[in-house]
Amino acid sequence: MLQIHHLTAGYAVKPVFETLSVDFSPGAITGIIGPNGAGKSTLIKAVLGLIPRQAGTVTFAGQPIKKLRRQIAYVEQRADLDLSFPINVEELVLTGTYSKLGLFKTPGKAERQAAQAALAQVKLLDFRKRQIGELSGGQLQRVFVARAIVQEAQVVILDEPFVGIDMHSEAEIMKILQAWREAGKTIIVVHHDLNKVRQYFDDLVVMNHGIIAAGPVEQVYQRETIQQAFSADLGAVLFQTVVEA
Amino acid sequence: MTSIQSFIMALGHYNFLQSALLASIMVGLMSGVIGSFIILRGMSLMGDAISHSVLPGVALAYMLGINLLWGAAGFGLFAALLIGFVANHSRLKNDTAIGIVFSAFFALGFILISMAESSTNLHHILFGNVLAVSDQDLMTTAFILVIVLLFVVLLFKELQITSFDPHFAQVYGLNTQAIQYALMIVLTLVTGSALQTVGIILIVAMLITPAATAFLWTNRLDWMLVLAASFGLLASVVGLYFSYTFNWASGPAIVLMAALIFLVSFILAPKQGFIQKLGGQHD
Repeated sequence: MLQIHHLTAGYAVKPVFETLSVDFSPGAITGIIGPNGAGKSTLIKAVLGLIPRQAGTVTFAGQPIKKLRRQIAYVEQRADLDLSFPINVEELVLTGTYSKLGLFKTPGKAERQAAQAALAQVKLLDFRKRQIGELSGGQLQRVFVARAIVQEAQVVILDEPFVGIDMHSEAEIMKILQAWREAGKTIIVVHHDLNKVRQYFDDLVVMNHGIIAAGPVEQVYQRETIQQAFSADLGAVLFQTVVEA
Repeated sequence: MTSIQSFIMALGHYNFLQSALLASIMVGLMSGVIGSFIILRGMSLMGDAISHSVLPGVALAYMLGINLLWGAAGFGLFAALLIGFVANHSRLKNDTAIGIVFSAFFALGFILISMAESSTNLHHILFGNVLAVSDQDLMTTAFILVIVLLFVVLLFKELQITSFDPHFAQVYGLNTQAIQYALMIVLTLVTGSALQTVGIILIVAMLITPAATAFLWTNRLDWMLVLAASFGLLASVVGLYFSYTFNWASGPAIVLMAALIFLVSFILAPKQGFIQKLGGQHD
């Protein structure tokens, strides 16, 4: 269980949220939804240690998360990266083995085999010598998921993985997430819209500068919750559209 | 052709020319390798700033009679730390902080040099005087080349991942800031060595131009380092030849050669070259 307890994070003068508490279950895919600026990215960045926590604790299996860095895989937003960087698909997946290798050691045969197996899982083995800028958005996202596979972490956190990618890639990534769920991993997905929330997620966290609701998706995904997080009008419209569709 | 022959003859006869050639080769190699990481990390301006900021260190080292390199490295690092401090403790952007700090350091260095009234010609510090490299300089440069190569070989994957995806590296527990400072320290050492071949003002060209040229030719980081080092070496040797033959200042001669290699690559290189774009085959 990944437990967040009384977490405060954000800017020094004005935290994005205060004393936030929520749990994420193993063997489940948990979605985090909320309007823009609700603090979804701030939450996961604080969990990952990318921004400082002003107060509160984050623990996994009862231990402080700081001691378990290698048990966390992070699939960040593609927009943050330089796609002209001289690195090919296989080399990128290999970077997933770096944490276990430690300083001064270079990836060898075992690591290469793991990287190729992961690329086969996301059906991109044939692309392994391509420079990363030559891939489509969806293919690139699958490469980052392949890197997370290689990391063999217990917790996988994905920041808006389905933004701007094709249906096929989205389906392939969902297959991997489901395989991770079967393996008992804790999977956390920041989701950018309300589409497919019911199909994709077991648990749901609805945020707006704090937790509005959290729990099994069928309990949490209700019109009132959505209206509370988004504006009342917008919530009603969004919710209706999604349900009718 | 006769001038090339006489250059080679002179190489056989004159110690100073042999030293110059060795120094040029070593500096060309190390600046290409370190420069590759500088351009990939978007630190070109930082490289320029650090190289200009070593001037007061050079002046002080001269006054105290110690190896210029230590003065250069000390002040280069001090400038890097100061830039980080100003950027982190104000609302100014990083490039603004860089501009303020390096121009102040350079100005201070200029005044210190004139106070020293040294036989160390200011012109030579600014634009390089590779023909005056001493045996001791050569030893120091060789020592720094070894440090640079060890640094890059041992920390290759850490340099790669912190350049490409620092957030990912931070999440798995790598001390990305330590890598950054280590790179800056090595950069100041390279600057200290390059001082003699190309001079303070043009060091940035040796860091950026061969690395950028290599970037046009390859999609692999290891090859980029090898190519950047080779282009740096080629520019240094050919530049030295022109410097000796036509009595040009060594820095501008070497830098012009590097720029020429870049120009040719820009036109011919398949990766993002000019010809493909003219033909409209490339997107």
